[in-house]
Amino acid sequence: MNLRWLYLFLAIVLVLWVLIPIFLIATLAFSDRPSVFAWPKGLLPLQFSLETISFFFGVEGVWKAIRNSLTVAAMTLVFSVLLGAPAGYALARYRFAGADAYRLLILMTRAFPLAILAIPLAVQFIQVGIYDTAFGVALVHTALALPFAVLVTSSLFLGIPKELEEAAWTLGCNRIQAFLRVVLPLALPGLAATAIFAFVISWNEVFAATLLTLRERTLPAFLLTSLNDSPLPFRFAGGFFLIVPALIFIFIIRRYLFTLWGIANR
Amino acid sequence: MRSERYIPYVLILPSVLFLLFLFAWPLLEALLLSVRGSGGQWTLENFQRMAADLYFKDAVKYTLLLTVVIVPLQVVMALGMAMLLGGISKGRDLFLYVWTIPLGISDLAAGIVWLAIFTERGYLNSFLQGIGVIQQPQLWLSYETPWMIFLAVVAAEVWRATAIVFVILVAGLQLIPKEYGEAAEVFGARPWQRFWKVTLPLLMPSLQVALILRTILALEVFAVVVALGGRNLPVLAGEAYYWYNAYQNPGVAAAYAVIILGISVVATILYLRLMRSKQEGAA
Repeated sequence: MNLRWLYLFLAIVLVLWVLIPIFLIATLAFSDRPSVFAWPKGLLPLQFSLETISFFFGVEGVWKAIRNSLTVAAMTLVFSVLLGAPAGYALARYRFAGADAYRLLILMTRAFPLAILAIPLAVQFIQVGIYDTAFGVALVHTALALPFAVLVTSSLFLGIPKELEEAAWTLGCNRIQAFLRVVLPLALPGLAATAIFAFVISWNEVFAATLLTLRERTLPAFLLTSLNDSPLPFRFAGGFFLIVPALIFIFIIRRYLFTLWGIANR
Repeated sequence: MRSERYIPYVLILPSVLFLLFLFAWPLLEALLLSVRGSGGQWTLENFQRMAADLYFKDAVKYTLLLTVVIVPLQVVMALGMAMLLGGISKGRDLFLYVWTIPLGISDLAAGIVWLAIFTERGYLNSFLQGIGVIQQPQLWLSYETPWMIFLAVVAAEVWRATAIVFVILVAGLQLIPKEYGEAAEVFGARPWQRFWKVTLPLLMPSLQVALILRTILALEVFAVVVALGGRNLPVLAGEAYYWYNAYQNPGVAAAYAVIILGISVVATILYLRLMRSKQEGAA
């Protein structure tokens, strides 16, 4: 019986370990300037104020960076679902020569460091003329999200009985109709979770985004390149703002998290 | 009816083309970039410049050290969390949600969060002052105290990326049939024995995935370090970034990238070898 309490205690300690730093950065983001520089600081909120956060949004370039981040993430989402879902469907529904090789290709791409992609692509993008564009960054982010999208959607489609589709065929649907009317509605929540994950991958990525942009920075790239010469309140508000979508997204996809990863990692 | 054998190939074709363009080709380009001079001739000049650079040795040292410290910590912690979850009945979903929050937090954001704790007037110093250890704010994250930057990076990375390992391991645990554990229990195995003899060997594939993934990501550590220490704690990915961005030298930057890739490949092969033999030993 005592063991139960020990487990619970440890679990709560781990919850605090995750939450306290988030609480602290939120506190700083919502205090006034003197409080951010105050010494010593108390654990509890200082003076609630929108000064820091509005200062952050008032800095020139921040809104543009947010817009760029959203554009890149949206493109990444669309590309990785459009390219990934058909491949996932193929892996789930067909046996074909080369399926294993394809699976291996997908897994291998996850084992490459980003620097090896970003540097030559930056050089090439300048020549092709897509350097410093949302599209260029989205391509690299799609390369990161695509392997994940393929494996996850393949597990999704595997989970939808093939019989349902076959029944639709016998009722007069062709393959495409059967897919659209029977499979797609069932797969939609999982596809949405996959899409959200692609979005988060892009929203968070900084190395490639920094190398591939100059003026059209995404928010992380903008923050990173201005870290050295920006005041602490700006950094703290920026750090907090980066985290907010994460909290929401993980909440939305929490039901899918383990199924997604479990199968994506086999 | 027409043969439909071509359908799966049509379906995978776009992604294959995309990966060839965005993975295979840049990989080749990076290798070429690193062994070519500005005039296009074959040369080891880039690697020589890299090796002769002031930051190179430290970058290798700190990158490897960070990996060696962070990854085992995360695996042990995530394993503990995964097992802990099995012992909790109430509020399981809440714990799951909170523990996986860091999954969505970026390395840059994590670095900034821990900067708020480690900075001169931050929470660590406030705490130390509160318990009477220090009187005045201490400067922790300076070039004079790289070990403290190191610790801050470890804290931030463990805080952020343990969740990934945790999710992989929990997903792996779900794949293990309950019967194995129950059978062991029938034969009188204690919880500890069940963990070592049944759960852990069966969890090996997931552990392998987690180790490979986390090691590769740890070798690429970048934004956390920049946020916490700037260049006072040089790391390989950071040097690649500086050489590309600040010095406008893609050749040397590519050389750094190749080094990161090289270490990643060696580590991956090691994991695959070592853990396969262990699995066979257990079976």
